[in-house]
Amino acid sequence: MKILVAVKRVIDYNVQVRVKEDGTGVVTDNVKMSTNPPDDNAIEEAVKIKEAGKAAEIVAVTVGEEKAQETVRKALAVGADRGIHIKVDGIVEPLAVSKILQKIADKEKPDLIFMGKQAIDDDCNQTGQMLAALLNWPQATFASKIEVKDKMLEVTREVDEGLETIEVNVPAIVTCDLRLNEPRYASLPNIMKAKKKPIEQINSSDLGIDTKPRIEQIKVEEPPKRKAGIKVANVAELVEKLKNEAKVI
Amino acid sequence: MSALLIAEHNNNEVKPFTLNAITAASQIDEDLHVLVIGHKADEVAKTISQVPNVKKVIHVDNEIYENFLAENFTSVIVKQAENYSHVVCSANTFGKNLMPRVAALLDTSQVSDIIKVISADTFLRPIYAGNAFATVKSLDSKKCITIRPTSFDPAATSGGSAEIVKAEGGDANTNIKFIRREEVKSDRPELGTARVVISGGRGMGSGDNFKLITAIADKLNAAIGASRAAVDAGYITNDHQVGQTGKVVVPDLYIAVGISGAIQHLAGMKESKVIVAINKDGEAPIFSVADYGLEADLFEALPQFLEELSKLNTIQK
Repeated sequence: MKILVAVKRVIDYNVQVRVKEDGTGVVTDNVKMSTNPPDDNAIEEAVKIKEAGKAAEIVAVTVGEEKAQETVRKALAVGADRGIHIKVDGIVEPLAVSKILQKIADKEKPDLIFMGKQAIDDDCNQTGQMLAALLNWPQATFASKIEVKDKMLEVTREVDEGLETIEVNVPAIVTCDLRLNEPRYASLPNIMKAKKKPIEQINSSDLGIDTKPRIEQIKVEEPPKRKAGIKVANVAELVEKLKNEAKVI
Repeated sequence: MSALLIAEHNNNEVKPFTLNAITAASQIDEDLHVLVIGHKADEVAKTISQVPNVKKVIHVDNEIYENFLAENFTSVIVKQAENYSHVVCSANTFGKNLMPRVAALLDTSQVSDIIKVISADTFLRPIYAGNAFATVKSLDSKKCITIRPTSFDPAATSGGSAEIVKAEGGDANTNIKFIRREEVKSDRPELGTARVVISGGRGMGSGDNFKLITAIADKLNAAIGASRAAVDAGYITNDHQVGQTGKVVVPDLYIAVGISGAIQHLAGMKESKVIVAINKDGEAPIFSVADYGLEADLFEALPQFLEELSKLNTIQK
C-alpha cells in the first residue's frame, strides 16, 4: 500500500497567539511555527503501518508558502520516503487545499490518505472530509485507532457520545485524533538522512486550481476578556461565595 | 431563498443541540426548513414540526440512514440543497463529519463553528482555540455553515405545526460499513448542556480518584468533564474531554480541579458564567480565567467541598 500524508505548518501550539493591532489577523512574524499537532499523529500512524510491513511507501505532502516545506522535511525525518510541496502564498482555504490534494491523489494514486482531523490555526475541521467527497472515497474521521486489514481498515472514531467503529474499503481518507498514537521525535541521524530525501515542488498555478479565497476576512479581534477573579482562602469561603455572591449553587 | 438545517437525532429523539442550531439557522433566514434523515425517525420529524421557528420538515427514511453515515447522507443533502441559500448543521462530531463533505460537492467554502450571525452572509467565529475572533463574509452563492451550539439558546419545542413532507433518499455507499457504537450511558446531565460541570485534570492522579469528583457531581447534579491530559492518561473516557479538540461547554458553573489551564483546555470552557479553579500550583494559568481560585491540594479540598455542600440546606438543581 501507498500512504499519502498531508501536513500543515501552523503557529506552534505552545505560543500565546496575539491579534494584530490593525485587525487584519494574528501576529506571525518571529513566532515559532510547527507541524499541526494531529498531522504528526497522521505521519506517525503511516510510519507504524509501514514498519509493520503493511505499506510500501509514504509520501508527505503540504500546501503553503516556501517555508511550509519544513513540515515535509520533518515528516521525512520520522519516516516518510519522499515529499511534495505545492507552493501557494497567502490564505488557502480547506476547499482549495482539498482540490489541490485531489490532483495529487489522481497522480500518486495512494491507497490511503491520512491527515490531522483539524488544524489548530483556523480550527476549520474540513479538509479531509472535502477531499473524501471530491475523490468519492469513504472517510474515517477523528480516528483514535486504526487496524489495517485486507484492502480495508477498521477504524475507531471519537464521537460526542463515545466511540464508533466503522470499516472502510481502500482507497480511503482517515483524519487523525491526537489520541491515535504518540508521535516519535526524529533522531539526529534521521534528520541528516531526511535532508537527502527528495521533495518535489509544484506551483499551485500549474495544477490549474483557483485558490482565491471565497471567504472574506473582515476583521480579527481579541475575544472579550474575563474580569479578574479572586483567590479564596479556604473551601468554606468558596462555598459561601458560590452560594451567596455568584448564586450558582 | 430559505435555509435548510440538518437535524441531529438518534432515530428516536432529537439531539438537544439541534434546537440550538434551529435558533441560529432561523437568525440566518426566517424561512427555515429542517431535513430529518434517518430510519424510522417519524417521532423525530414530528417533534421538530412542533418547533415554532420551523416552517417545514423534510423527512427521508431508509434503513441505509440508520447509522448516520456521511457517505450516505451527502447525496440526499446535496440534492435538497438546490432549493436553499444556506445549509446549516451543528458543529459537533455529527456536523463536523458531515458538512464539509456536502460543501465540497456544492463547491462552497464552508464557514465552520460560528458563534454569532451578523447577517445572512457574515458571521463571527473563533480561531486559534478562541484566542481570536474573526468576522468573516462568505462570498459563495450557496453557503454551508456549522454553528457552535452553546453560543445559541435552544429553540422552543412546542407551539409550532410545520408540515412534514416525505422525500426520496439515494443509494448506499458500499465502501463503508458501520460496525458499532460504544455509547457511555449515564444518568447525569449531558456535558454540553449541563448547568454545572466539574472537570478533573492530570492532577487527579488516577481514574480511581475521579470518585472524589463524582461525589461532588452527584451533589450538584453536575456533568463530569476532563482535560485532554486526563483522557490521554486513561483516567476517563474521551466523551468527557473539554477543549479545542473536545467539547465546548458554557455552564453556569464550571469547576476545574487539578487542571493547569493550557490554552487548548481554556478554549472549551472559558465562556462559562462562573469559573472555579482548585489547584495546588498558585501560578497555574487556570487561575487567570477563574472567578474564584482556591490554591489547595485537591485531595484535601474535594472532601471538604463535599462536606461544606452537605451542610447547605438547599442546592440548586
